[in-house]
Amino acid sequence: MTTVQDHTEEHDVHAAPPRRRTGLWRLLAPGWLRAIWMTALFGALGVGLVVGLRATAGWRPIIDWEPIITAAFLTAAPLGFLAGLGAFDYWLRWAFGFPTQPEDHSGHGAKRWTDYFRINTDHKVIGIQYVVTTVFFFLAGGMLAMLVRAELARPEADFVDSQTYNELFTAHAALMIFLFVIPAFAGLANYVLPIMIGAPDMAFPRLNALSYWLLPIAGTMMLTSFFFPGFGAGWTNYAPLSVDQPFGNVFFSMAVQWAGASSIMTALNFLVTIITMRAPGMTFWRMPLLVWANFTTSLLVVIATPFIAGSQFFVMFDRVMHTHFFEVVNGGYPLGYQHIFWFYSHPAVYIMMLPGFGIASEVISTMSRKPIFGYRLMALSLVAILILGFSVWAHHMFVAGMAPWLRIPMMITTLLIAVPTGIKVFSWLATTWEGRINFATPMLWAMGFVSMFVIGGLSGIFLGAVPIDIATSDTYFVVAHIHYVLLGGSLFTIFAGFYYWFPKMTGRMYNEMLGKVHFWMTFVAFNATFFPMHIIGVQGQPRRVYTYEDQFSNWNIFISISSFVLGASFIVFVYNMVVSWARGPRAPANPWRANTLEWQVSSPPPTFNFDEIPQVVGNPYEYGVPGAKHAILNGDREAATETATEEVRR
Amino acid sequence: MRAGSLIKVLLVSLVFAALATAVAIFIPWLPEQSSKEAERIDFVFWFVTAICIAIFAVVAAISVYSLFKFRARPDDDSDGPPIHGHTGIEIAWTAIPLVLVVAMIAVSSVVLVRNDRVPDNALRVEVWGQQFAWTFLYPPAGKVPGEDKMACVERDAGRIVDGCKASPNLQLPVDRSTRLYLSARDVIHSFWVPEFRQKQDAVPGITTEITITPTKTGSYRLICTELCGLGHALMRTRAIVTSAADFERWLSSRTTPGGMS
Repeated sequence: MTTVQDHTEEHDVHAAPPRRRTGLWRLLAPGWLRAIWMTALFGALGVGLVVGLRATAGWRPIIDWEPIITAAFLTAAPLGFLAGLGAFDYWLRWAFGFPTQPEDHSGHGAKRWTDYFRINTDHKVIGIQYVVTTVFFFLAGGMLAMLVRAELARPEADFVDSQTYNELFTAHAALMIFLFVIPAFAGLANYVLPIMIGAPDMAFPRLNALSYWLLPIAGTMMLTSFFFPGFGAGWTNYAPLSVDQPFGNVFFSMAVQWAGASSIMTALNFLVTIITMRAPGMTFWRMPLLVWANFTTSLLVVIATPFIAGSQFFVMFDRVMHTHFFEVVNGGYPLGYQHIFWFYSHPAVYIMMLPGFGIASEVISTMSRKPIFGYRLMALSLVAILILGFSVWAHHMFVAGMAPWLRIPMMITTLLIAVPTGIKVFSWLATTWEGRINFATPMLWAMGFVSMFVIGGLSGIFLGAVPIDIATSDTYFVVAHIHYVLLGGSLFTIFAGFYYWFPKMTGRMYNEMLGKVHFWMTFVAFNATFFPMHIIGVQGQPRRVYTYEDQFSNWNIFISISSFVLGASFIVFVYNMVVSWARGPRAPANPWRANTLEWQVSSPPPTFNFDEIPQVVGNPYEYGVPGAKHAILNGDREAATETATEEVRR
Repeated sequence: MRAGSLIKVLLVSLVFAALATAVAIFIPWLPEQSSKEAERIDFVFWFVTAICIAIFAVVAAISVYSLFKFRARPDDDSDGPPIHGHTGIEIAWTAIPLVLVVAMIAVSSVVLVRNDRVPDNALRVEVWGQQFAWTFLYPPAGKVPGEDKMACVERDAGRIVDGCKASPNLQLPVDRSTRLYLSARDVIHSFWVPEFRQKQDAVPGITTEITITPTKTGSYRLICTELCGLGHALMRTRAIVTSAADFERWLSSRTTPGGMS
């Protein structure tokens, strides 16, 4: 901890402004100008490399666009973009033996809006970059869902053709999962987690900046795939169908690599930060549950994400390099894809849930003015979900043709997850019991999450029981289930987090009335959209079809209209966020009277979060305990030492 | 917790249970039940539904009650009572779900095993999926499909073996078990007849199996439920269940197509 403090104090010594480059020299300075020409240069080098190799090897045709686009435009050009922006400057100077420029912290903090468009090593700036970017991709993914529902409003195929329809629902899921839910949680945690544990920044600020800048690359790839034309094998991208898709499928395979790399780097950063940078006195049993949640999530990400990277590389190699991982005629094995894919993608469900559990715990405890009920069991059930989460992947494959004996063991582990999940739900409810509940917007979202997640969890029990899964697999029942879990679950907690920390992140208050309008509109339209999907699913409407029998048409038109209302509700959200950020009333440091550390500093917090590293002296949720303190800040060292020794004596 | 609030929560639970039961009963959830396997699957469905209604009612009642009862007045800045936990309650809400989960696992396992049985007199039919059509093949006596091979299709070439009878729709005799052997030519497809409930993917390179015992004559939708490309939504045919005599008549009237692919 001392090194961190010294570092903070040195700050002023190095605070000289960076050299300003003028004229043509500006082309060499890290930034967008250099990014533009370096993207072009790296792209050209990639083209040259592929064409050169093919010419040398005597392969015809020499100009084959599939490997060229894959190597040059989906791999080399993005690296050039990152290098141009300056993501690698420090490391490259160090690696080549040039004198490294000592960190002058000029990259910390954002003074103008343009500062959000630079490589910035401040975790608070990166957090905001993440959140704004993910909201953009959320809106894009939502628009795609609106188009899907427009097609499904009537039974006939009357709005888009079959290929476009497949691309729409595939890109919708891919954007929502890889560019909204997962990075939105990473962004919120990026902002608040270091402050919550009393650290001045993340452990690896440069790596943090790099993780963020991989996201716009992945998102751009997924959106531009539509022109090639896009990928339409579902976000699950099952082989061998994915291997003979239009070329856009390679865009998906590569976008997943960039987004996955971003996830892994962020997760490593969180793990090291949580393990090594907790303030004195912040033991594991004193960490806020959001920190616990991100700790377990990061373990899931680090262990599981390489598997989806592998599965997508196999698909891409089968296509671009003509390997035969999944081509039966040449000895490939299609089910191998599903095993590898779900070995990531089931834990991914928890990657998309556990951080939300953390947010819900923070909000519910603070807004109920009561300690979290059963804090240690809450933390331990996160660990139980982490471990069980790795043993259930094949429940996505009950009808897939895998070894039949695998079904019962996978059903047992799957249904067992209901136990730790149930513990969490019951504990949240017990936390509200006899509380003094403040129904501000974050609390509405958090309680909306608990209720919707219960429905999603119960439909999950239906799908976990093998015989019922055999009947309902690949129908709209599954579509209903995933949306109750990922929209009613993940999205609701993300909004709880957005509203809860909005005053901290922007220094301004959002409009409470608009926040409530947004919640109720989303809540009602969400249920009207997705609850009927359970019914048509069980009755026999399969998923991923653009046309269906007339018997389902009444429900479908109802669902489509509800989904448009659901889409419209996010206009209220965007309006509220934009206007409040620009003109909202100034936020106090601690509008929710919360105990955790991020609320003990100003809104927004100072550049290095704390003037002095705080001394943690107690648990984070001691609402209603007379005289209880979570931490001592701002130089009251003597009091801190006294409390600490007193505690030791006790 | 006071006894008064406990009774109130219980009453609210009963209201929610009644509402959920009404949703379960008055909405026509399941399609017609036309096979032995469907009867067993539906039993699991209603067994799980009953448990889920109970859990839903309790959770919904506690949340609604506590949200109305413990709402803070606008000027109330006080904190709630500092309750950190209760070991007894925590053990209870770990143990009770565990018991329910074990019960559901037991019922599901028994049904799964029974639905997967192959009686000795079972009819054997092979199902061949390709973009975007199904072919159903009836092997002659003596040709038995195995775990890794199909009796009627040369899988690599996609050719139908001489002596097998082929049909574009699935014809089945009523009240007799049929074992289906599924495979696919190009990509993964999935066989589903909602009225039979049974579903199974047809995967290139391997043979998968499923048992269906129709209990009612009639013509049912047979649909592909695994995204298989542009024509996925249209990859549909019928499953036609007739009396045993009608089925034999139909089968003997089919000619054997050579070399159909």
